[in-house]
Amino acid sequence: MTDHDGTRNPDRYPDYDVMSKQFSPSWNEVTRKVVHARLAVPREPRFFNQGEWDTLQAVCARIMPQPATGAIIPLPAYVDAKITEKHEDGYRYASLPHQGEAWQRGLAALDQEAADSHGARYHLLTPEQQDALLQRMQDGKLDCSAWQGMPCKLFFEHRVIADITHAYYAHPIAWNEIGFGGPASPRGYVRMGLNRRDPWEAAEAHPGKEAHARRENKRVG
Amino acid sequence: MPMRQYSEDEAVDFLVIGTGAGGAPLIAGLAEGGFSVVGFDAGPWFRPLEEFASDEQEQNKLYWTDTRVVDGANPMVMGGKNSGKAVGGSTVHFAMVSLRFRPDWFKSRTTLGYGADWPLDWREMWDYYTKAEQALKISGPVVYPWGPKRPRYPYRAHELNSAAELLGRGAEAMGIRWTPTPLATVSAPRGDSPPCVYRGYCRFGCSTNAKQSALVAFVPRAVKAGAEIRDLAMVGRIEVDSSGRATGVHYIREGKWRFQRAHNVIVAGYAVETPRLLLASATDRYRDGLANSSGLVGKNLMTQSNQAVFGTMQQEVRWNKGPPSLSLTEHWNYDDRKDFSGGYCWMAQGPLPVEWVTVQTGSRGLWGQKLIDEMEKYNHQVGLKMVGEMLPDERNTVTLDDEVDQYGLRVARVTYSWGDNDKALIQHALSQMQTSLEAVSATDIFRQENDTNHLGGTARMGNDRRNSVVNADCRSWDIPNLWVCDGSVFPTVGGVNPSLTITAIAMRTVDRIKQMAKRGEL
Repeated sequence: MTDHDGTRNPDRYPDYDVMSKQFSPSWNEVTRKVVHARLAVPREPRFFNQGEWDTLQAVCARIMPQPATGAIIPLPAYVDAKITEKHEDGYRYASLPHQGEAWQRGLAALDQEAADSHGARYHLLTPEQQDALLQRMQDGKLDCSAWQGMPCKLFFEHRVIADITHAYYAHPIAWNEIGFGGPASPRGYVRMGLNRRDPWEAAEAHPGKEAHARRENKRVG
Repeated sequence: MPMRQYSEDEAVDFLVIGTGAGGAPLIAGLAEGGFSVVGFDAGPWFRPLEEFASDEQEQNKLYWTDTRVVDGANPMVMGGKNSGKAVGGSTVHFAMVSLRFRPDWFKSRTTLGYGADWPLDWREMWDYYTKAEQALKISGPVVYPWGPKRPRYPYRAHELNSAAELLGRGAEAMGIRWTPTPLATVSAPRGDSPPCVYRGYCRFGCSTNAKQSALVAFVPRAVKAGAEIRDLAMVGRIEVDSSGRATGVHYIREGKWRFQRAHNVIVAGYAVETPRLLLASATDRYRDGLANSSGLVGKNLMTQSNQAVFGTMQQEVRWNKGPPSLSLTEHWNYDDRKDFSGGYCWMAQGPLPVEWVTVQTGSRGLWGQKLIDEMEKYNHQVGLKMVGEMLPDERNTVTLDDEVDQYGLRVARVTYSWGDNDKALIQHALSQMQTSLEAVSATDIFRQENDTNHLGGTARMGNDRRNSVVNADCRSWDIPNLWVCDGSVFPTVGGVNPSLTITAIAMRTVDRIKQMAKRGEL
């Protein structure tokens, strides 16, 4: 019943921290403001009630597992913020309700499915049981009455996956993990060709050269 | 920059709804021609240097994110790359790819046997393409490999990034031509625009003003010539008097409904908002909406297939550097030995992390640790993405839904299904792009089967009022002082990005209006 059993894969871009560039020519003022606001997202739910929040936290931890220790991307908070702050997608499948209602209905349905198959709410299941239910949702195989006709597959693809993974990869921790250069205005980039790296990009650790990459990444700024 | 403002009681010569690839050249050109012009946009007037972040999520503010309901067999993803809600429209975040149509496409029904003919002659369009390329100072190759002769591009081509170079290697291995992409971002200084710094966030707004969007290239010209740009002004209805002429528009600004009088109204809201407004302006006399005696307003909606093939390279590619589509091949636009109609091109790719995770989850269904592990290969990915011609079909529509938006206006319902020809074209492109990636030794190759982008249709132009909404001058058949000038007038979408064609048509319309005014034909 652990919430977090993921690994951060810290070794590909050792010690790279995109935030170390925030006062460099790669970040303009408005970018700093935007990213700082993102890091300061309220951690308590504003839209969801406590029950929904329990379930949402468990879902986020399975969709994007994170390490038990160290800095965490507060995914449930971003899902809540998207609804609270009315950041819409610009389209809605005719068979899906609006985002807030879709989430409430989907989380309630997931709890109902968990109760039906395991006799407990979703967040109390084992990670394997949780994954299995998500897999059935992705496959379009959940249809208890709590879905109220909402297609679980569409909910999975357009709410669960989209809202959680977009929040994850909009976060500097994720940029570090994948070695993404991050914000780049006004400096931009100069070295465009294959295997070329600007000194303000993440250095990848090649076998036997990890210390070199670590040193380079300390200098990124 | 000081801006002239017009009073609501004074009828302006031209009221243009929308300030994107179609609207902005009209506003600038008509104002420079001495007309009084007000350009309306539902979105804000951004100052990129102060207000654009290098951030995918923040820059969602450039999109039209008000709800549209989507259905059909292949519901269209709206709100992102196929929309814009800002002065400058979707050119504020477009990928700047500026291509000419293949000449035959203007008569695809007659010469190629599919789609519908345009009422425009390609030779005249060739001149307007040249004018549009000059107005936008397109950076492009010295010799463009396809189509009739054209002048040199005004600015030199951009340096290739590694993703673009890999496209070239793949194309050469296949024995087909390729070229650096003609792009609307400057490769050397132009006025207040510095050269592109290869920051790579082009599709989320250019924060340095290197991009020659409508906001940068046309809006300042328009204001200087005496036009007013009225931002954050959502037009809800076009008013038509008892004699059957448009008299102005009802619009909401700062929470209050207002009315602006005008002698002429030009709708340039793109293929969803344009028919939505025409349909919503229905009166007792025009029960099916304005300019709709043909019944074609909102019909023949088209998009372009935007499938892709991706793979992993052993080398570091770092595809996020530079404009996303620095090279292309449009070989299959000029090869008619295919078992389907229409054409397509493909381009190098450089998605940023949020877009990239959308591809990984949408195409491969990944989540959990598997997704995290795949995403870690980000700097080694390479990809090719098509822009493919989808055929017009009356069953693909924009209609009014019963749901209303924040202004109290009925939202658009966008209904779309791919036809057999569309599917055949997509499969052909996917297999060719896969061959190209295999030729550069990419591994773990996978296909993104479900993506579309640009829009067209829904108010098509033609020579016959029975089967078109506007004539070649973008003037509606039914209401002589009501015009439509944007991507919705396209009878077919062709197999290249549409923005340069929209701009060229708008520049032609300006010339036509000036000629008609001189002859007293307005």
